[in-house]
Amino acid sequence: MSSPKRIRVLVAKPGLDGHDRGAKVVARALRDAGMEVVYTGLRQTPEMIVEAAIQESVHVIGLSILSGAHNALLPRVTELLHKEGADDILVIAGGIIPEDDVPGLKKHGIAEVFGPGTRLSEIVDYIKAHVKL
Amino acid sequence: MSGNDDTEKALKQWEEGTVSKTLTKFPEREPKFETISGVPVKRLYTPLDSGCQDYQRSLGFPGEFPFTRGVQTTMYRGRFWTMRQYSGYGTARETNRRFRFLLEQGQTGLSVAFDLPTQVGYDSDHPMAQGEVGKVGVAINSIADMEVLFDSIPLDKVSTSMTINAPAAVLLAMYIAVAEKQGVQMDKLRGTIQNDILKEYVARGTYIYPPKSSMRLITDTFKFCSEKMPLWNTISISGYHIREAGSTAAQELAFTLANGIAYVEAAVKAGLDIDSFASRLSFFFGSHSDFFEEIAKFRAARRLWAKIMKERFKAKDDESCKMRFHTQTAGCTLTAQQPDNNVVRVTLQALQAVLGGTQSLHTNSRDEALSLPTEQSVQIALRTQQIIAHETGVGDTIDPIAGSYYVESLTDETERRAEEYIQKIDLMGGAIAAIEAGFMQREIQDSAYEYQKRVDARKRIVVGVNMFTEKEDREFDYLRVNPDLEKEQVVQLKRLREKRDHGLWKEAMRSLRVAAQGEVNLMPFIISAVKAFATVGEICGVLRQVWGEYKAPDIM
Amino acid sequence: MSATQLVEGVLSGNRRDLARLISLIEDEEPSVPEALGQLYRHTGRGHIVGITGPPGSGKSTLVTRMTTEYRTRNKTVGIVCVDPSSPFTGGALLGDRIRMQEHALDREVFVRSMGTRGHLGGLARATSDAVRAIDAFGKDIIIVETVGAGQSEVEVIDIAHTILVIDVPGAGDDIQAIKAGIMEIADIFVVNKSDMPGAERKVTEINAMLDTDPRERAWRPPVLMTNARDGEGIAGLVDTIDAHRKYLVDSGLLAEKGLQRSREELKTIMEHKLTTELMEKLKGLPEYERAIKKIADRSDDPYSVAERLITKFLADYGRRVAESERKR
Repeated sequence: MSSPKRIRVLVAKPGLDGHDRGAKVVARALRDAGMEVVYTGLRQTPEMIVEAAIQESVHVIGLSILSGAHNALLPRVTELLHKEGADDILVIAGGIIPEDDVPGLKKHGIAEVFGPGTRLSEIVDYIKAHVKL
Repeated sequence: MSGNDDTEKALKQWEEGTVSKTLTKFPEREPKFETISGVPVKRLYTPLDSGCQDYQRSLGFPGEFPFTRGVQTTMYRGRFWTMRQYSGYGTARETNRRFRFLLEQGQTGLSVAFDLPTQVGYDSDHPMAQGEVGKVGVAINSIADMEVLFDSIPLDKVSTSMTINAPAAVLLAMYIAVAEKQGVQMDKLRGTIQNDILKEYVARGTYIYPPKSSMRLITDTFKFCSEKMPLWNTISISGYHIREAGSTAAQELAFTLANGIAYVEAAVKAGLDIDSFASRLSFFFGSHSDFFEEIAKFRAARRLWAKIMKERFKAKDDESCKMRFHTQTAGCTLTAQQPDNNVVRVTLQALQAVLGGTQSLHTNSRDEALSLPTEQSVQIALRTQQIIAHETGVGDTIDPIAGSYYVESLTDETERRAEEYIQKIDLMGGAIAAIEAGFMQREIQDSAYEYQKRVDARKRIVVGVNMFTEKEDREFDYLRVNPDLEKEQVVQLKRLREKRDHGLWKEAMRSLRVAAQGEVNLMPFIISAVKAFATVGEICGVLRQVWGEYKAPDIM
Repeated sequence: MSATQLVEGVLSGNRRDLARLISLIEDEEPSVPEALGQLYRHTGRGHIVGITGPPGSGKSTLVTRMTTEYRTRNKTVGIVCVDPSSPFTGGALLGDRIRMQEHALDREVFVRSMGTRGHLGGLARATSDAVRAIDAFGKDIIIVETVGAGQSEVEVIDIAHTILVIDVPGAGDDIQAIKAGIMEIADIFVVNKSDMPGAERKVTEINAMLDTDPRERAWRPPVLMTNARDGEGIAGLVDTIDAHRKYLVDSGLLAEKGLQRSREELKTIMEHKLTTELMEKLKGLPEYERAIKKIADRSDDPYSVAERLITKFLADYGRRVAESERKR
């Protein structure tokens, strides 16, 4: 009688940007897709994000950022995860991230970047297809 | 009224005859229609619906209570709205260049965007500022940066709006000090500080202190300006960000006015006479996609605020009842797909704002869903306003859309829905209590989620996103903020700290701390501190130590 | 990864292994009982504080403030926050960490959010196992926070040594907010948001209600006021929790509670094990399905069927045990 494994996701807002509409909408969509979603609120440093991801033992980290600080903050998250030996966590990002920056972020271990206009189901499907449980 | 009876009868005949016959052959596109905010829309509006019945009470005349038709007597026949493009990025020097470009292009007011560290009271060298310096706005650490920002711009000639909230008092102090250096006294300064902390808690997120201390700082600026800066708008009570966070039109209106009520109450409680400050309150709304709903919202906003000021706060001066507002076209409606379509969206939204009687307007640039706007995009956005003003003739008569059965009916409905929310918030103990309980945040979040689900299900069409899509080779000329800028800014800051008169600085900081612990008006202390080259981060840091920081409620 | 592989890491203070073990507990991974068995002798050191109260009573803020207070007293803290899962999708939004940001980087504080899921074996067991893992990990204080909504919450915090029931002023003038069933288990009442009108009255009401409790008790639950937002009353609350612990130790109740708890735990584990194995055995058995149909069409009754099936299961079980003994 084992209960099914649940996908656990940390949705985080790195940096100082306070626009959390997207983060919250995605969090609710993931919840409605049967996932357990930990939301930590605004103004998260990469260190805080990684620590929360570890304590909560999540399978996925979703980072939402609209301030333009993505190139400085997102690679730092994956770098810290690597240091903790937690590379198995799937890291995805969303927000206002210019197309030109996406290849660089992917090289740093951000698995996918979802821009404005993304359907919620696209994100759900992506996670289900790529998560390592 | 026999006229109404006749109309009612005729309407019934039309519905049961002509309409039902047509429907059997040609059904309508949808089983039911509603506005983007979910207000039901009927097939046809007639004199039976509209709020025109009591013209004097519900509409009145421009410049007169209840100001439904406009706050100025001649509106755009006298002067067009202020064309005010929000801009700022990188260093003060770069932004100064952009300002001067815009003024040369015929822009009539400045609007400063600050970077996020400045907005939350951190200097460029704070660990949390990493990667954020100069990104969404200009980095301002000290009065030295502020001087560069307004270099060669005569502050007695322009009006300047500053999107700054938690540290609003600090940036205002810097503006005053820079003007003084230019030889302009503060009673001549025109402009606005956003200074609206409540909507930061609700929707925008750049708060610092807990509500009680924030409200004190805000009433301090009210008091200071009512005595010394008669032309300055002390606050811009903002619905824009509430709407951007996903609210409906009625929620935008209701929460903005509920916040407005809280500010007025705080000021009155602090001993200010309502008529001494109320005319310096200004508002800020978004202009979203639903054409008539937005026009109705603007008109309802004026009427509702006028009633609140007169009935709830017993304002005697008509000036206190006038809601003047700035509008920005809705950033959240811009699409990253087929970005040139955004020019059309912005045009329509700008037209709504003008038909709604706005006092000033920012038109978004087509590329803002992708990154910061380029100079060319900003220029098109400004030209959009100029075309509406000079080519269409919409400003040649006042409130031209009044008397539309639909718009008047929708104006009434929006007002009614907003009033219902305000009553609910009153019962919860006012806006601050409602925010601390997460009520507004939750309502907005529900609306945002519902909206997104409708878009995903294609119940709401967004052209280029869920219909009429095409494969795009996205070649776009992005504006890039120089990545070395952060380092430069930090070096400058370090130099400033070494160079300034340390004794003077220390004394200013000490007095500020003592003042913050007490109850005196902080403005003079903040002005002394900025003149002693204290930085935004240092001043806000002292206040953080004394007052603590706001902690958001869990609204999930 | 199996649970038993994580035991060493948990005991040596690896927080990632602890976090993983809690996930395996939630997922009911098969080796969890064995892992918990290995951890068992390392437990029993932490003081477990249960907190419940209605939504909006400021529980997370209170937990955050208490944690700050414990940290100034040099105590390490583990926190388990339980939030409801959707009964339809099983998903959950876990937002308690939002309030706990000031401890985000303190390595001496471990925070874990749990959804109630549709735990077949009972939420209470998953939570108490998670608490046990944190206890073995070595935290001095373990706080379990849950929304006070009903019986399952009572069970969740029943593992606590000290139970706090939170209420707020207003919300009607009676104590409706505190559900029946939760009143009786409180060791300490906390009226939070003491700056709101009606706080004093709420305290009086709770005290009046305690006066009607006919039980003779050496520990009468104190009713405290706090304003967690501003940190008021928190030191006093932590002192009272300490006093309650002292009372439990001095009166021998802690030992008694431990005994009682061990008895119940053994019973629960045995029940669970028996039920699991029995159901595993019966699942898909034609005889079982036939019996169910017979019960439905009234040609047999569930009482006799149960008797027969269990008797047979126990006989089989006995034979199997004897066989494995012989093989040894």
